[in-house]
Amino acid sequence: MTEFLQQLINGLAFGSILALIALGYTMVYGILRFINFAHGDVFMLGAFAGFYLAPKIARVLPTPSIGSGLAVLFAAMLICAAIGVVIERFAYRPLRGRPKLTVLITAIGVSLFLEYTGQFVFGAAPKSFPRLIPDYPIAHVGGLSVTSDQIIVLSVTGLLLVALRFIVLKTKIGMAMRALSFNPEAAALMGVNTDIVISFTFALGSALAAAAGILFAINYPAIDPLMGILPGLKAFVAAVLGGIGNLPGAVLGGLIIGVTEAFVSGYISSTYRDAIAFGVLILILLVKPSGLLGKKEVEKV
Amino acid sequence: MLELRNLTASYGAITALHGISLSVPPGRIVTLIGANGAGKTTTLKAISGLLRARRGEILYDGKNIAGLPTHQIVKLGLSHVPEGRMIFVNLTVMENLQMGAYLQKDRQAIQRELDYVFATFPRLQERRQQIAGTLSGGEQQMLAIGRALMSKPKFLMLDEPSLGLAPLLVKTIFEKIIEINRQQGITILLVEQNANLALEVSHSGYVLETGKITLQGDSAALRRNPQVRSAYLGG
Repeated sequence: MTEFLQQLINGLAFGSILALIALGYTMVYGILRFINFAHGDVFMLGAFAGFYLAPKIARVLPTPSIGSGLAVLFAAMLICAAIGVVIERFAYRPLRGRPKLTVLITAIGVSLFLEYTGQFVFGAAPKSFPRLIPDYPIAHVGGLSVTSDQIIVLSVTGLLLVALRFIVLKTKIGMAMRALSFNPEAAALMGVNTDIVISFTFALGSALAAAAGILFAINYPAIDPLMGILPGLKAFVAAVLGGIGNLPGAVLGGLIIGVTEAFVSGYISSTYRDAIAFGVLILILLVKPSGLLGKKEVEKV
Repeated sequence: MLELRNLTASYGAITALHGISLSVPPGRIVTLIGANGAGKTTTLKAISGLLRARRGEILYDGKNIAGLPTHQIVKLGLSHVPEGRMIFVNLTVMENLQMGAYLQKDRQAIQRELDYVFATFPRLQERRQQIAGTLSGGEQQMLAIGRALMSKPKFLMLDEPSLGLAPLLVKTIFEKIIEINRQQGITILLVEQNANLALEVSHSGYVLETGKITLQGDSAALRRNPQVRSAYLGG
């Protein structure tokens, strides 16, 4: 039982990081109907933004502390939001209305560009991520160990999800996002500047990816420019699993993949851990290609 | 109010409008009739900027709006109820109406428009919390028109409001269209396949055939025109 709970908590912690990344894939897909394969690299940039910001923030705020941790988190989210907007503006917007394949290949190009520019600028060797938040000793109940880092991952993810839900459901720009995802022409006829809403969507998704990057680096404090590839792919699978374009689906998909991975590495063998997500992808594409919460889309003619 | 001068528009290599000119005076209902594929919807799309005009001018209040993005054209007081209604089926009725008032900042003005829309279409008020996709066809058409009214337009374009509706509902919708024109003084450009009805409610009309205007004049005169009678009014 202890072993089970332990793996569950480990899985939920990693799963919520995947969920944060998956939301970015699914939001962009919902609005532009394409997979932004550079999204995993924005996650990497979030971690690096945190790495370079941490010493600067340590000069003004006592580090490690909750305050400095949050400051680094928000600053990295802002930086990545801006990066997301720039990527859309210069790589994807010029291709608006072009065949989907063109945009997809461009996204792969942007991904490679970020990874190898990252290696050039940051260096290819892994860097050790500084401790932002003190390691509070928490919960050692009967052999079960929950680290404060895991608690932080879960609570920050929870707060971000509440904030996202509020933005999407209760604000005007959120309503415009939902309208645009249903029909861009009709949204434009309401006076919606679709370019601004698309930029906003990229900003939102990239900020969440940055948060995921920081949370990931807090738990696995070795970061390198290629660190976004695998979590990015797994989060993409999570988005497809939940139903691409569906926000609660992305969260559900992330948690399922995180927990499944933890159980497989705990009970079977950690060798197979990375294969899980892709096994799940094959399975879902065979059984329910629209995803767990996705609706069947009628192809418009 | 609106004037098209020699407007040409195309989808890729296919030219859909071969230089059409028409004029919609303020306060009037003008109709554009014609068969399927004549270019009626294309004309409206070109005016609202959903389709870029190749050549020619679109003068709105004397200003050439050809080439402006749709959201800026809408800001000038032009509202377009598109073919197939295009309501947001994933949003509630209320949210659809709020989307219609997207550019309005003044809360009181929004409330006034909302009151007017609910007074015009009481059914929408009953269903305001419902997801729009669950409405019947007639209710969806009411919502599409109501949504367009929420932006407090000066100029309203309606694309096939009768499409797919039962005759009784069509009558209701057209009564509302006349009411909107008379009470609110909103100028209307109406595209219809149901030529009989369109010429009945409008002041003047244009007949569009394969991207060209072939006839124009007073609606009453067009209804008597033997060509129009045989081609569009069933003899």
